[in-house]
Amino acid sequence: MAEYRDVVIPGEKIDGRKGRKLGNGVYQEGEIIFSKFVGVPRIDENEISVIPLSGVYLPNMGDKVIGIVEGVEISGWLVDINSPYAAFLPIAEAVDEFVDMARTDISRYFDVGDIVFCRLSKVTKNKTVQVSMRDPSARKLYGGIIIKVTPTKIPRIIGKAGSMISLIKNKTKCDIYTGQNGVIWIRGEDKAKAIEAILTIEKESHTMGLTERIESLLGV
Amino acid sequence: MKEEKLMVDGKRIDGRLPEQLRDIKMKLNVVTRANGSAEVKFGKTTAIASVHGPRALFPRYLQESGTGILRIRYNMAPFSVNDRKSPGPDRRSTEISKVIRLALGPTIFLEDFPKITIDGFAEIIEADGSTRVTAINALSLALAAAGIPMEDLVASCSVGKIDGTLVVDLNGKEDNNSEADMAFAMLPNKGVISLLQMDGALTKKEVLKLLQSAKESCMKIYEMQIKVLKDFYKGE
Amino acid sequence: MEELYALELIHKGKRIDGRKFDEFRAIEISTNIISTAEGSAKVKFGETEVIAGVKIGTGKPFPDTPDRGILIVNTEFTPMASPEFEAGPPSENAVELSRIVDRGIRESDAIELDKLCLVEGENVFSTFVDIHIINHHGNLQDAASLASIAALRNARLPKLENDKIVRGEYDKPLPVAFTPINITVSKVGDNFILDPNYDEEKILDSKLSISVRDDDKICALQKQGVNEIKFEDIERMLDTAIEKSKELRKLV
Repeated sequence: MAEYRDVVIPGEKIDGRKGRKLGNGVYQEGEIIFSKFVGVPRIDENEISVIPLSGVYLPNMGDKVIGIVEGVEISGWLVDINSPYAAFLPIAEAVDEFVDMARTDISRYFDVGDIVFCRLSKVTKNKTVQVSMRDPSARKLYGGIIIKVTPTKIPRIIGKAGSMISLIKNKTKCDIYTGQNGVIWIRGEDKAKAIEAILTIEKESHTMGLTERIESLLGV
Repeated sequence: MKEEKLMVDGKRIDGRLPEQLRDIKMKLNVVTRANGSAEVKFGKTTAIASVHGPRALFPRYLQESGTGILRIRYNMAPFSVNDRKSPGPDRRSTEISKVIRLALGPTIFLEDFPKITIDGFAEIIEADGSTRVTAINALSLALAAAGIPMEDLVASCSVGKIDGTLVVDLNGKEDNNSEADMAFAMLPNKGVISLLQMDGALTKKEVLKLLQSAKESCMKIYEMQIKVLKDFYKGE
Repeated sequence: MEELYALELIHKGKRIDGRKFDEFRAIEISTNIISTAEGSAKVKFGETEVIAGVKIGTGKPFPDTPDRGILIVNTEFTPMASPEFEAGPPSENAVELSRIVDRGIRESDAIELDKLCLVEGENVFSTFVDIHIINHHGNLQDAASLASIAALRNARLPKLENDKIVRGEYDKPLPVAFTPINITVSKVGDNFILDPNYDEEKILDSKLSISVRDDDKICALQKQGVNEIKFEDIERMLDTAIEKSKELRKLV
């Protein structure tokens, strides 16, 4: 992964099919594979794909995202997941106790402006999206600040088995949550340094020697 | 005006040969808060384009459940022409917006975006002929930079006939006094045409000859588009 | 959401991009950039980018000023420049911005409109300043004002033949007597800041747009923002604007 790969553009041919199945970011015409995006091609053992270098977040079932509550409805909450598609959090996916909907103002559980780390529990073909707090890691996030990065850069910010994000957390003494939707929540001591490190990774995600540069930025 | 010769000793008024493009400049991501943007100059003709989206689409009746939509707005700055253009859309810009949308639409995987919209805006900052094709080149780059899934880029140029000579990339004076001019766009990899407009008087043979030179010029423009995209994302 | 961080920093005496409270972002001015316009300028404050183009024509004067030329300022918040700008007729904000620029130029007598009369009551030069927003990243008002006066300063009057304009040929410069500079002073908590960027603009409590002429005369004021301004703040805001206007005027 650390190896530098060439950038491809939409419509550019990608070699290396050899029985691999098509992943994201590519399309096929006849026997030939083309890129859909400006991105970095990834050819692993059985899949060929292109990771876009820009673009908005599109919801995928199972993704863990950071959302901001933007509306309290009768039976749940509207959640902004940094996507053109808004998500809905139904009461049953958010609260364990019995809620008498006729009598309860459910804003006592979640209110407009609350920040939640949650899981996409349902995404229909037409992109109607449901999120859920029924996940061990799901929680409401208190205080802190939020920054947004290109969603496809999130894996690089997390690093192999979480190595990069742990390094940033330790060196800046910050709590950090990363949503696959490109939203990052930070609370703690040296937020400025944490932001700088994250934005550097976002900018230089496809270059070599990134880990070393981040280490020196954080004073390792 | 009519008396002035547009071709002298095989050269055009700006010194170009018939098949020669003007000096072309392309710059990526010039509008910070757009998802993607680009500035393209063909000589003095300058287009800045940005793409906002894919983004939510309201009012709801505009939404299409199975697919996303593409909206395009082509607009000229009031100071971009000799006689001030009064602001706002007119018949010309409405038609041009439509043909640009159709020139770019086929290349975008709109089905990936049910119910939402991709909005492309092109502003002509200075006009010296061939503004719609310059806008198409800028929008094509802006779409790619915005991370919109596309089958191919779109390359575009104008061709025409002046003083009996077939030429490419007409400037303003040539455009106004041409015997024929043609706006052309293609998907370079797929080798298909997505914009074709012509007015004037040409023989069938001339039309076919012009299509050939338009194609050759577009392939040159395509090479520049590839270079600016690759350089930007490598050098970042 | 970055604005919450910007706010937290301002309370600590810092800004999100490391600037001092009274410091502008890097200012770039390029003039005479559009050959179809009689005058033009591009102004950048960091990422914010605005182009002003001056078009000069001839026409009938307004009945109440038969011996003076016409000045019209217009702004397009192009939907290209920002996701929150929409296509359509000029928005409230675009009209307000134009009118503040207009007042700064008109009330300072920057343009000698009396010298733009050709035949009294019949024919005068009309000067259009069109402001085109290219990239909205905060403080459009000051950027647009600066671009407008810079464009007017390099504008030339077109040559006339039998009272008709010959395009592409020029007679003499547009008569410009002053260089009014617009400085918007904003307040966040107890702090006064200049040139807010996009994130900072969302956390301003109040702002006062101040146009200052070369002789330090105040030519236009506009209180903006939803919150009120305290009496005791005004003097400090005026002092800040007068001071800063000298610095920006040198760049034109």
